[in-house]
Amino acid sequence: MESLTFRHTTKKPLPGSVPNAITGVVASGNLEILLERVLPPDACEVAIETPIAGYGPVWEAVVADFVARAQPGGLRISINDGGARPDTVSLRLLQGARLMEA
Amino acid sequence: MAGAHAASTDPDALSWYEATARQRVVALADPGSFEEFLPPTERRMSPHLPLFDLPRAFDDGIVVGRAKLDGKTVLVAAQEGRFMGGAFGEIHGAKLVGLLRAALTLKPAAVLILFDTGGVRLQEANAGETAIAETMRAIVDVRAAGIPVIGLIGGRAGCYGGGGLIAGICSRLAVSEGGRISVSGPEVIETNKGAEEFDSRDRALVWRTMGGKHRRLIGGADAFCADTVSAFRQAALDLIGRAPAFDLDTLEAEQARLESRIARFGDCRDATEIWARLGVNDPESVPAMDTRAFDETVSRVREADHDAR
Amino acid sequence: MTLAEILAGLFSQGHSVIVRDGLVTGGGPFAGGKVHVVGVDGDTPLGVDGALILSRAVLDAVRSGDKAPILVVVDSDSQRMSRRDELLGLNECLAHLAKALLLADRSGHPTIGLIYGHSAAGAFIATALATRILAALPGANPSVMDLPSVAKVTKLPLDKLQEMAKSTPVFAPGLDNMVAAGAVHVVLDPGKPLDGQIRDLIANLQPGDDRDRLGEERGGRPVARGIAEAVIAQAGRG
Repeated sequence: MESLTFRHTTKKPLPGSVPNAITGVVASGNLEILLERVLPPDACEVAIETPIAGYGPVWEAVVADFVARAQPGGLRISINDGGARPDTVSLRLLQGARLMEA
Repeated sequence: MAGAHAASTDPDALSWYEATARQRVVALADPGSFEEFLPPTERRMSPHLPLFDLPRAFDDGIVVGRAKLDGKTVLVAAQEGRFMGGAFGEIHGAKLVGLLRAALTLKPAAVLILFDTGGVRLQEANAGETAIAETMRAIVDVRAAGIPVIGLIGGRAGCYGGGGLIAGICSRLAVSEGGRISVSGPEVIETNKGAEEFDSRDRALVWRTMGGKHRRLIGGADAFCADTVSAFRQAALDLIGRAPAFDLDTLEAEQARLESRIARFGDCRDATEIWARLGVNDPESVPAMDTRAFDETVSRVREADHDAR
Repeated sequence: MTLAEILAGLFSQGHSVIVRDGLVTGGGPFAGGKVHVVGVDGDTPLGVDGALILSRAVLDAVRSGDKAPILVVVDSDSQRMSRRDELLGLNECLAHLAKALLLADRSGHPTIGLIYGHSAAGAFIATALATRILAALPGANPSVMDLPSVAKVTKLPLDKLQEMAKSTPVFAPGLDNMVAAGAVHVVLDPGKPLDGQIRDLIANLQPGDDRDRLGEERGGRPVARGIAEAVIAQAGRG
């Protein structure tokens, strides 16, 4: 298993007041994402556990893209990966952010 | 201890088979009533899977908690069939055992178990096997206290191995077309006994032998549901109201029921032969029947409904 | 130890235990009263027919009202793997046997499992693991699945699994690991009289299910007890 953690500063907090949300399932080609509103409003941390080693740069790019689009300030995001493709990861991250905005 | 939010969905439209465990529970319960115990935010994850280089899940593949069903308090457990085949690991099993033990003091209107499991998680085999034994004892204790334990089976992993045994301990079972109940899975039989004994690639054979319609016709399940969350909700409400007692009379009746089944059908090679002997006019047509036609067929089969469980 | 040796060690005044097609039923005078015996011998797989013969014997004992202990002796294969058994509802028949044993226990019959050979999977759950206390004799070999089959399913090399099995009791087959998990309560001493050891087990039966506590103490199931108690604690709030 490989552990990766990315920390970002956001321009604004994610809107809404949902304290936490989970989306997705750990399965082949899929992943689960747990989002918790526990950080300062301009901070976002994404921690990933993945069985597929060596894809750090891909994860870094996907996470940076998500942070730029969603501005998920205040969120600690934890990912259990089952070997998801980058487009699946992006989709789930945006789904998760929407759940937190509700 | 607010549980993590999951996407809400319309129970009439949501396929039980396609839904995740968490979606099933949220949509099954009265809106907004589900409260999860040991939710994902607590990160109670398997201490064993990392040894096998396998990913973990925040809830170890089972969602447990309290909810309202038509205003009545129930305890609910839902297995996630897509994570490790919904199999019983140490934490997964202990969450179910804890929920059942909690029922003895909380005295809910029922405990609902949403099965979706291949049986024991082999990476944690001894813990899973022992948890299954603890679960069976706990269900008996709960039933003996007068609390119905209702199993709902329609997930993609089916209900296999020790899960099949636990299902057999429950007060009542509801099953859909996609739900399969069995001890040995098709691949296990084929691997051990050969393809001439069981060809696991023959999906029609798998469904005829282990599927929801066969189980309902022979009395192995008490309700047959369309593949929607609302159908399972309706079945659960109905079955809670007519759960058999757990006592010697019930088990004597079950003994007679199962002995009679083996005496009548023990020489049948295929489910269609059993269905014919049960009085089904056109057994070959059963697999293609829609829910309404199948319900009508079941209503004419005496063996399908009983309190011997 | 063979079944004949076990029975000789338990019943000095003789017994009525018979073995037919690998299925054990009967009983004998014991400690001023009697003991019922059911079980599986000779590494026999347990199918629908056998499960119902054993459950019939257990229910007969309950109906007799004698409250005598029921000894479940086990040297079985796994559940019988066949199309016929699954067609006829093997899950219901094995569950029914387990329910009969659990009912007997609730009805005042102490239930004691005694594993002296092999047992696995569904057959193990429906017999030995459905008793109040499970004892083993040295040399017993309970398992969920043998390592070559585990290797096949997990797609891990057998030699790696064998290496892991030395340090990780949670998945490896064998008596020591089932003891560590708390599934087997106690290993008996074959050098001492068997009847006295079984009599002591019956005299010291504890209420409730203490298998998760044993698993925690022995290290084979480090977290199960704590998880179950945490669920109970959260369920008790609110």
